[in-house]
Amino acid sequence: MTALPAGIMLLLQEAARAGGAHPLAGTAADWLWLVPVLPLLGFLINGALSLVAVAHPGPADPDAGHGEAKPAHALPPDTAGAHGDDHHPVARHRFAGIVSVIGPLVLALSFALTAAIFFAMRAAHAEEPFIQNYFTWMITGELDLAMAFQLDQLAMVMMLVITGVGTLIHVFSVGYMRDDPGYPRYFAYLNLFVFFMLVLVLGASYPVMFIGWEGVGLCSYLLIGFWFSEKANADAGKKAFIVNRIGDFGFLIALMLLFANVGKLDFLGIAAVAPGMSVAVVTAICLFLFLGCVGKSAQIPLYVWLPDAMAGPTPVSALIHAATMVTAGVYLVARSSFLFSLAPVAGLTVALTGAVTALFAATIGLKQWDIKKILAYSTVSQLGFMFIAVGVGAYVAGIFHLATHAFFKALLFLGSGSVIYAMHAAYHKTGSHEDAQDVRNMGGLRRYMPVTWVLMWIATLAIAGIPPFAGFFSKDEILASVYARAHGSNLAEASLLGIPGSTLLYFIYFIGLVTALLTAIYMTRMMLYTFHGPNRTGEAERGALKEAPWVMTGPLVVLGVLSAFGGWLNLPKVFTDALPVGSTFALEHWLEPVVGEHQLAVTHGKAAHLAAGTEYVLIGAAVAIAVAGILVAWRMLKPEQLVPKKDAPAEQGIERVLAEKYFVDEGYDRVIVQPVYQGSRGFLWRGVDAGLIDGLFVNGSGWLARGFGWLGSAAQTGAVGTYAWVLVLGVIAVIGVFTLR
Amino acid sequence: MLAEALALSAALFTIGVVGVLIRRNAIIIFMCVELMLNAVNLSFVALSRYYGADGQVFVFFVMTVAAAEAAVGLAIIISIFRHRQSVNLQNINLLRG
Repeated sequence: MTALPAGIMLLLQEAARAGGAHPLAGTAADWLWLVPVLPLLGFLINGALSLVAVAHPGPADPDAGHGEAKPAHALPPDTAGAHGDDHHPVARHRFAGIVSVIGPLVLALSFALTAAIFFAMRAAHAEEPFIQNYFTWMITGELDLAMAFQLDQLAMVMMLVITGVGTLIHVFSVGYMRDDPGYPRYFAYLNLFVFFMLVLVLGASYPVMFIGWEGVGLCSYLLIGFWFSEKANADAGKKAFIVNRIGDFGFLIALMLLFANVGKLDFLGIAAVAPGMSVAVVTAICLFLFLGCVGKSAQIPLYVWLPDAMAGPTPVSALIHAATMVTAGVYLVARSSFLFSLAPVAGLTVALTGAVTALFAATIGLKQWDIKKILAYSTVSQLGFMFIAVGVGAYVAGIFHLATHAFFKALLFLGSGSVIYAMHAAYHKTGSHEDAQDVRNMGGLRRYMPVTWVLMWIATLAIAGIPPFAGFFSKDEILASVYARAHGSNLAEASLLGIPGSTLLYFIYFIGLVTALLTAIYMTRMMLYTFHGPNRTGEAERGALKEAPWVMTGPLVVLGVLSAFGGWLNLPKVFTDALPVGSTFALEHWLEPVVGEHQLAVTHGKAAHLAAGTEYVLIGAAVAIAVAGILVAWRMLKPEQLVPKKDAPAEQGIERVLAEKYFVDEGYDRVIVQPVYQGSRGFLWRGVDAGLIDGLFVNGSGWLARGFGWLGSAAQTGAVGTYAWVLVLGVIAVIGVFTLR
Repeated sequence: MLAEALALSAALFTIGVVGVLIRRNAIIIFMCVELMLNAVNLSFVALSRYYGADGQVFVFFVMTVAAAEAAVGLAIIISIFRHRQSVNLQNINLLRG
């Protein structure tokens, strides 16, 4: 088609449009299917390489590796201690070279195609979503479900984030994971994850989305437990999987409710009839959908899996547990905006859950020592911010923060990966078994890793909300949206648990400000302890601390640029009025065809932008709070007084409560896990399974048959006289019955 | 007349049954079986006066079968006696498992 002159192309497009075809037909968008299929191809190739290596071990292959890896301590000491928290074997896989090419390449191609489709979309000005039906999935009864992709502006934003950030993280992984014996398996899982994530955002109906939803959960499980020979890692994977099942249960119920009440499951079909549905039904559907989001996006009360998910390799934490998968819940709410905008009670629930989660996780983040745990709680907190946005119907603000968060959080995680990589290399050199992820063992790293130091400060300023970095614009827009909707929106007029929506929204706004303050504090704390002050790594190890190779710092630089300038995606009007450097509300205009109408539904048709004066005050307050947080942390925290982990005293009082994460895991263990465990053990196993089923049904039927047999054999005396007696008595009985009847 | 004949038949039959059940000697049990057969014959003959000659025909059949049975049965009893020097059925319990 590229061979055709542009004029003919245009004519063809005009003809197609006249015939009722979509303006995107005949453009790069026809290749939409290839965007997810490319990573799937990568999965197949890398997975095949992994399996081939297992089935036919080459002469150079290490013993430890895939499948049944030896316990790490059984290896010679010089091969122990690579990446991650514990001591994984270091041995380069013999297919490492080809995997290093295929893994990132399929993602880069996928990103290039996505970009081509993006430009085609910009050129075509398509208002209607572009639906591609591939095949019929199932026809049962009234359900006619097609395997269809839906390309619209929202899906496009997600695709760009997934493939773009995904490509960078894949490149980083080449440096980070190259010496792992499970390297092809790692890239196979990572590629498979991207495939499912793209299916999730491209699906044209809830069931297709659910395939991706479950698929990313599977890949998350596989990658959290990537170093499964350590029980703690395998347990973390199981925890993530099981906690997510609770959420998925809600998702499924929402699907069934939708099918029962609408009879359709595709987005367009439901959106068409949603305004006619009763508010109670819509609210129920939204709340069950949100239960799915709570699991996938780690909100209270199901957030407990995400901090544990840090057991996986750090690039996995960056890609799955910060940038993409955990934001699927936010995407789901934005995608279902045609439902959520009609259910203010559900919206308030979403926003309130997000706000409480944001504050709760931020307080825990204040006292964590593991650099990845700090970032994990920060992610939970920022996801809470996104849910505040989509809860109050500011879908653009939510997606905006999703994108900027993907940039700066991926940068923070990859930066921490660089730090851990350097720390591990240092400890590996001396054979030390110190914790390479504990900030108490770091300190002063800016002298050894200047590039990482600068880039992570950019990300920190972005997440803290310092202008003009990306996080400032998105966080500010969320807070402004909440404030704007406290009056004159269907949320403000609704009430939740007897509290008027308006009061709740002001409360949520206040929580947002407090959380912003805490965010600035804990991020500055992490940076201070990691990069500033004296070095606490150890005398012998200090010399080995150095910057990671360029294959790792390169993606960091790109993400650094994105974190610094990501705010240009959606500059507010007050900003462009004062400083004409970019287009106003670019993302808002871009997403207008998908969520614009539903955003207006929440605010009764009026655009929810505040007066310029109010907005200046709000921005001033947010910036003042962020700066205050950074200054407070800078002044109060003394990295000079910090001692390495092994010398550190245990925390006391409230510090201990925060460091132990409010004992939520212990509480869940006591209130839910143990009762279920004991109930399963005492009642279901001993009582029902061993007692009733094994005892009564299985053994009982055996005893019954044996009893009848015993009776029958006792009757067979072999004495003919007895038989004669029985015969006569029988005859008398029969005659008696006949005569007496 | 019929009632008396049937009553006699029933009495003979009962004596035969009781004999089969309570006696131990194989010869006596055998004779009791013959007694039951002849009790039936008696009722056949008595009833044939009222319902035609079919009953009498049946009596001949029964007598024939009884004669054959007597021959076989006596032969078995003699054989048992030769083996065991006894015709007491209490001692003959090969069927008992």
